[in-house]
Amino acid sequence: MWEQREQRQGKIRHGSVIIIGAMADGSVAEVKEALAGVGYLADEPAALVSFLAQKLGKPVLVEGPAGVGKTELAKALSRATGRELVRLQCYEGLDEAKAMYEWNYRKQLLRIQAGGSQGDWDDIQDDIFSAEFLLERPLMQAIASPEPVVLLIDEIDKTDQEFEAMLLELLSDFQMTIPELGRIEATTMPIVVLTSNDSRELTEALKRRCLYLWLDYPNLEREMEIVRLHAPDISETLARKLVEVIGMIRALDLKKPPSIAESIDWARTLLLMGADDIDRETFTQSMSIIVKHRTDIDLVAERVGVKLADPLRAEG
Amino acid sequence: MPTPYGPKADAGPPGLAAKLLGFCEELRGEGVAVGTSEMLDAFAALSEVGWTSRADFREALAATIAKSQDDRRVFELLFERYFFRTAEAEAVQRGVTEHAEGAPPAGEGERFDISELSEAIREAMMAGDEDRMRDLARLAIAAFGRAEGSGVVGVDVQRIRRTLGLTAGAQPPTADGGERPPIDREQLTGFERHLRRELERDLIERTETLPPSRPLAELDRALPTSPTQDLAAVHRAVSQMKRRLATLGHEQRGRKKGQMVDVRRTMRASLETGGVPLRLRYRPKRPRRPEIYVLCDVSTSVTSASVFFLSVLHALHDSFRKLRSFVFIERISEVTDVFEHERDFAAIAQKISSEGGVADVSGYTDYGRVWLEFLTEISEELDPRSTVIVLGDARTNGREPHAEVFAQIAERAGRLFWLNPEPKLYWNYGDSVMAAYERHCDGAFECWTTKHLENFVNVVAGAAPTPE
Repeated sequence: MWEQREQRQGKIRHGSVIIIGAMADGSVAEVKEALAGVGYLADEPAALVSFLAQKLGKPVLVEGPAGVGKTELAKALSRATGRELVRLQCYEGLDEAKAMYEWNYRKQLLRIQAGGSQGDWDDIQDDIFSAEFLLERPLMQAIASPEPVVLLIDEIDKTDQEFEAMLLELLSDFQMTIPELGRIEATTMPIVVLTSNDSRELTEALKRRCLYLWLDYPNLEREMEIVRLHAPDISETLARKLVEVIGMIRALDLKKPPSIAESIDWARTLLLMGADDIDRETFTQSMSIIVKHRTDIDLVAERVGVKLADPLRAEG
Repeated sequence: MPTPYGPKADAGPPGLAAKLLGFCEELRGEGVAVGTSEMLDAFAALSEVGWTSRADFREALAATIAKSQDDRRVFELLFERYFFRTAEAEAVQRGVTEHAEGAPPAGEGERFDISELSEAIREAMMAGDEDRMRDLARLAIAAFGRAEGSGVVGVDVQRIRRTLGLTAGAQPPTADGGERPPIDREQLTGFERHLRRELERDLIERTETLPPSRPLAELDRALPTSPTQDLAAVHRAVSQMKRRLATLGHEQRGRKKGQMVDVRRTMRASLETGGVPLRLRYRPKRPRRPEIYVLCDVSTSVTSASVFFLSVLHALHDSFRKLRSFVFIERISEVTDVFEHERDFAAIAQKISSEGGVADVSGYTDYGRVWLEFLTEISEELDPRSTVIVLGDARTNGREPHAEVFAQIAERAGRLFWLNPEPKLYWNYGDSVMAAYERHCDGAFECWTTKHLENFVNVVAGAAPTPE
């Protein structure tokens, strides 16, 4: 979210500078520090669960409302540990061929036709079912990678229950079975992060294999720290005012409450506008950054907008 | 208290492991599914974090044991209670008291006057400083709690609060006329919790016995978002139903007819024949997902049952993608959208009652009219693989039942079930015309508890009419 270099699916290599040899055998506080070092201010539970995930080698299931930084946690972990991030974006109808592996049959065909004249059939047979003809999809990538990775399975609640069942072998034993090749075990222990927006109850079997972390909107102080970390030029008073207004907006019953990323965007917008206070005018002008629904805009303008100082009246 | 996992363990040997097991037992008793694997994880996690930090200890346990928001809530409640009791029991057993060391009894060294104390408490509440609040609570008790204590903790808490002049909402101005920010309800409750805890500790110390533990009150553990405690059970029964319905009556018929050639598989198979596609491969016929239509009566005669029915609907929507739901009183109204866009049960219930669009003029159900409307709206889409489930009491208020229309629906739909919130005994008494409808159903069941729902699922699975 806060990182622009992001692809929908596949590999992202971070030019990370932080070496977390210390993180692997450190304490909870060190994990927290390391995460803060890469721009993610984790609260106590988040830091603790990240720490446990590494220590116990268990997947983490992160749930919470949209926009509290669930995905960002995985990315921060990848940056903090200097591991590569392998991301699987889930969607309805996602299947094995897209998530695990697929045989590259075109290449297999080519191999047969190319080697056909020599007629060394046994060789071909052995050959075409080797790793060379396998198209690795994210899950396979994470397992087969020689370097330890961070595997992010994003929005698991968007998939079917059947897909969850398929994940179980991977999550509990970090291995995968391919009929032609046999069992592939992870050589290195990946950190697995699953996120869910709680749009559907996940199965017991999946939950049983995971550590559970509920992320919620941060409190004022922490959100202020986050905003100031990502928009360092903002003054303290403005930042405080900003998170207070955001807090008020979240308290309303909105279709889409503003996320942390939107707080940051708003802070940056205010800086660009050169505002040094949030009055009614700047609020109306920049409201569309944080509220993105027709009915929400009306509600917010009505409930929050009027509480802010009116610049015209203040001068007059 | 016997639990589903066997008789409750007694206090057992001392030590942290035993205490943790006891804690898990209590959680199970409250319906949190703590499996052996969770307990092993908990122990593994605890060997990685320091036990001395209360926050770390609790979070490590929570991350491994409580796997949902509901569980987490129960966990928090029990954690506080269990470890408080455990610590106190240990203290009583070993005869440890806080004043034993010859320290001056609290309240003697420094004389607080009331306004100063309440000022300090206000500050601590505003800052949300838990430790300071606890200290101040003890001070308050020491200052004027013990002497005139009534012995009933709840009464004492309120008495001390009143003496200190602490109220929620706007605060009186300070002595020198400055304004004070208002204190909200939660902050005050936080302080009261500390007061209560310290009073209880005091009481235990004096009497050297623990008050009996009791299961959590239903109200305490109910999440504000789930008005029915049955919600989880309903969800379980429905997910069971999903598996049954998905595999029932979908035997593949006419195997080769109308099948699609699967290019990818054909090419792959052609590898065996040197790239010549000798054998065609077909797309496998996947069993079709069942299409479900649910009609739910929300009139006044089923008020007591409709919360249950709505939770059934809620659970159905969680499990089935091809599900359309309708609510009806006098007329019918589709609410599929509401369920798809709302996750929160309370919000759904509220939305349906406010904007469900149910034309509710008289508040009396008109079944005949509902069938007619349903048929005109849906008839094209009903086919043999659709299942219709009606949730209602079949009380027509003396209006025309239109059983023949209902028969048409039954004929078009693959299967039709009726769940009636009244005991079978009351069917066909008064204005109930259940018999007229029952003839056309593949099954009619009484259903007002999750037990009944499970029964329904089992019967559907066992005795469902197989097609052909």
